[in-house]
Amino acid sequence: MTGEWPLYEVFVRGKRGLNHVHVGSLRAADDDMALHHARDLYTRRNEGVSIWVVKAADIAASSPDEKDPFFAPSADKVYRHPTFYEIPENVPHM
Amino acid sequence: MAFDNAYEALADAHDDARWAFGTGFDNPLSGVDTTVPSGVDGEDLAQYCLMLGDDALVLSHRLQQWCTRAPELEDEVAIANIGLDLLGQARLLLARTGRADGSGRGEDHYAYFRGEHEFRNVRLAEREHADFAQLVATVLVLTTWRLAVFQRLQASADPVLAAIAQKGVNELTYHRDYAAQWVVRLGDGTETSHARTVAAFDEVWPLVAELFEPHDVERRLDGVAVDPAEVRAEFDDVLAQVLSAATLETPVVPAKAGVAGGKGRNGRHTEQMGYLLAELQSVARAYPEATW
Repeated sequence: MTGEWPLYEVFVRGKRGLNHVHVGSLRAADDDMALHHARDLYTRRNEGVSIWVVKAADIAASSPDEKDPFFAPSADKVYRHPTFYEIPENVPHM
Repeated sequence: MAFDNAYEALADAHDDARWAFGTGFDNPLSGVDTTVPSGVDGEDLAQYCLMLGDDALVLSHRLQQWCTRAPELEDEVAIANIGLDLLGQARLLLARTGRADGSGRGEDHYAYFRGEHEFRNVRLAEREHADFAQLVATVLVLTTWRLAVFQRLQASADPVLAAIAQKGVNELTYHRDYAAQWVVRLGDGTETSHARTVAAFDEVWPLVAELFEPHDVERRLDGVAVDPAEVRAEFDDVLAQVLSAATLETPVVPAKAGVAGGKGRNGRHTEQMGYLLAELQSVARAYPEATW
C-alpha cells in the first residue's frame, strides 16, 4: 500500500528496570508521532518511565541464515560464564 | 531514597504515585472525606461539579463514537485513551455531586437518569464531529479551556475538587498536546487537509464564546469555583500559538445564540444532544436494575 506510515520499533524502560526493553511495533508518520503512539499503545498500564522509538528500517539485524556461524561457536565455552562466583544477596538485577 | 546500597539508587525505586482517590470500582470516591467545607453552599457546589462532570461525560461519549472509525489503529487507541481519561474525571465529579447535594445518589443516577434539560455541559462538548479535523479542533479548544480552569481549580477551597483537578491536569495536558499536534499536521499539511481544518474551526468557533461566560453558580462559589472569564487570555494565547504553527487564522464568526436566553450551562442544548443521550442512556433505562 502506498502512503502507508513507516514501521517503528518501540522500547520501554520500566519503573524499576535498568534498560529499555523491546515491547512491540507501531506505524507513525514521523518520530514525534511515533513517541505519542508508543505512549498510547504501550504504557497504558503504568509500565514505563522512558520510551525509545526507532524506524524498523534503520535497525541492522543479523541474518537467520548466518545463525550457526554467528552463535554456535560460543555454545561450548563454559569458562565464559561467570557461574563460579557467589553473588552477594543485596546485588539485584544479576 | 536510601544510598547505602548503590544498586537501589540505580534502580530508581522511588515511587511518588499517590492514591488521591478511593479504589472502589462502584464508588470512585470511596474512602475519601467528602464533607462539604463550612461556608460553602452544598447545592451550588453540586451544580458546579455537575457542569464540569457533564462536559467530560458528554465529550467522552463523542470520542467513544470514534471507536472503529478512526483513520489509523494507533489514533483509535489514542482517542479511546482520551475518552477514558475524561470518563474518569466525569465519574469523580458526578460522585462528588451526589455527596455535595446531600442526596447520596451515585454517578449512574446523574449519567443515565437525567433528562436533556438537566445536563449542564457546554454545547461544544455535545457537537458531533463530521470528520477527523472537527474532532481534533473540538478537543484542542475544549481541553485548552478545561486545562486552564483545572490549573486554577487546584487551589479550590473544596479539597475534593482541588484533588480531582490536580489529577486531571496531567491528563488534560496530554490531550491538548495530542490535539495540537494534529491541528498543526493537518493545517500545515496538504491543500485538502488545510481546507478541511479551516472549515472545522469555522464550525467549532461559534460555540467558543459560551465557554467563558460565567454562570451564577460560578459567581456565587467564590474561592471554590473558577471564573471562566479569567482564563480567556490564556486560552487565546495557546490557540494563537497552535493556529499560527498550523498556518491557520483565528476564525471570525458570530457566536451561536442561546435558546430563550439559555445555553448549555442552563440546560438548553442543541438538537444533537437528544440523540447523544438516547445512545448513552438507552441500555441503563431499558434495564434499570442491571449492574456492571
